[in-house]
Amino acid sequence: MLNVNNIEVIYDDVILVLKGLSLVVQEGQIVALLGANGAGKTTTLKAISGLLKVEEGEVTDGTIEFLGQRIDGREPEDIVRRGIFQVMEGRCVFENLTAHENLIAATRTRNNRKEIRERYETVFHYFPHLKARRNVLAGYLSGGEQQMLVIGRALMARTRLMMLDEPSLGLSPILVSEIFTIIQRLHEEQNMTMLLVEQNAHLALSIAEHGYVMENGKIVLDDSVDKLKENEDIKMFYLGLTEMGTKRSYRDSKFYKRRKRWLT
Amino acid sequence: MHSEYLFFMQFFMSGLSMGSIYALVALGFVLIYKSTSILNLAQGEFLMVGAYICLSMTLDFHLNFFVSFLITMVFSVILGLAVERLVLRPLIGEPIISVIMVTLGLTYILRGLVIMLWGNDIRQFNIFPEQPIDLWGVKLTYLYIYSMGISLILLTFFAIFFKYARTGIFMRAVADHQTASQSMGISVKRVFAISWCIAAVVSSIGGILVGNIGGVGVDLSYIGLKVLPAVIFGGLDSILGAIIGGLVVGVLEFLSAGYLDPYIPAINEVFPFIVLVLVLMIRPYGLFGTEEIERV
Repeated sequence: MLNVNNIEVIYDDVILVLKGLSLVVQEGQIVALLGANGAGKTTTLKAISGLLKVEEGEVTDGTIEFLGQRIDGREPEDIVRRGIFQVMEGRCVFENLTAHENLIAATRTRNNRKEIRERYETVFHYFPHLKARRNVLAGYLSGGEQQMLVIGRALMARTRLMMLDEPSLGLSPILVSEIFTIIQRLHEEQNMTMLLVEQNAHLALSIAEHGYVMENGKIVLDDSVDKLKENEDIKMFYLGLTEMGTKRSYRDSKFYKRRKRWLT
Repeated sequence: MHSEYLFFMQFFMSGLSMGSIYALVALGFVLIYKSTSILNLAQGEFLMVGAYICLSMTLDFHLNFFVSFLITMVFSVILGLAVERLVLRPLIGEPIISVIMVTLGLTYILRGLVIMLWGNDIRQFNIFPEQPIDLWGVKLTYLYIYSMGISLILLTFFAIFFKYARTGIFMRAVADHQTASQSMGISVKRVFAISWCIAAVVSSIGGILVGNIGGVGVDLSYIGLKVLPAVIFGGLDSILGAIIGGLVVGVLEFLSAGYLDPYIPAINEVFPFIVLVLVLMIRPYGLFGTEEIERV
């Protein structure tokens, strides 16, 4: 469905952020994109959604294809119309608009009234809690409600590929598991394809089918989730596990060497 | 007692109708500021240009007033689009202060063009009957009543438009968070263009109304400066604030003319601003301006 082929992204004409990144998302999959801070995960999403342009960034090499058509270099509104919707990091709700207006604002690419009304009901079907709060200014909603609202906005826009950027950011564990349950339900019931960026590798790998690991603007690991979970490096750096029963010391782990292998 | 009440109402009603025109122009300021965070200093010149075109169509080309009114509206849309496309779009990403200085430059260009084309004289429309009508003892000319009516209809229309119409919601979304609205497929450029169009249209309507009342001259553009404090008073980014700010400035102007002018001549030009400064000292973000929403 989505085919990112060897892209290079440069900010401000000088800062090279992505250095030949490739990834594939199949229709109906949840794909997780893991990596440390500054690895370029968000930049990857912005390159796909076209929001890079707004920030003086540019895809200078490589191609991005969605449903067989090239979308790199297109305007964000065109990309949304094709069915890619980026749920931005940090819950960017429109604070001075009510929850209801936030949802309506996401319908720019849709014009059929009946369809809009149906989608509106679907949002409340998945987030019944929002219904009671729909006339409250979004700025006054709680963090969890805001996260529900931004996912709800993606549902309003007839999204086929939802790109979630750290949906767990700053939420309590209970809320996080609630949100992830809903994400999984959306995946199963609406057949929503998802590209999920997460710091919380445990969570991401628990719902994803395929995973990519990024370091310094590159993909360093790429495998099915079952295999990733078995990978020693993933266990060590992302899941925080050690082999049971063995004593752990810094010398044994050779942390720096193993990191370094990934950097090259 | 009764005559005193009439005296008050006379100035109050006149102030209200002038104020409703100010409110229209203020709406133009707020729209552009809200969606683009640019303070358009050329708002008064938009108003003046609109008034001149309508005047010229009516008097020089002998068109029906309503026809020339419609032509002026079409022209204002074009003016708004042209300014947005030619002057402001190339400046996207430049510091806000430079863009504001560019709108200041625009004021001189527009004023110069108007003087080149129509000269420096003040001309009168003289279309509406001078004769006042008597509303329960308060005497108002047709012009004042029409001005108030037209402004109030337009203001109500825009209030509903921004609250309920989808385009209105898109515009507020852009004002609230540009990147997020782009991520949802809202074209920021289009919203900017619409804002400039509406701003140009409402100010030229204001210009035509004021021009009918006091004659059309280059000095009309100073109404822009008079409305600016009204906008700041209401809160630069609040549509409701702009409307109330405009009405308050109009009413204060006329009431001070009625009550204080005998003691301090020409106080009516200054008095509204004294009050505005006092209000701003207490509420620096204006009466209805956005306070940052902070959840505790």
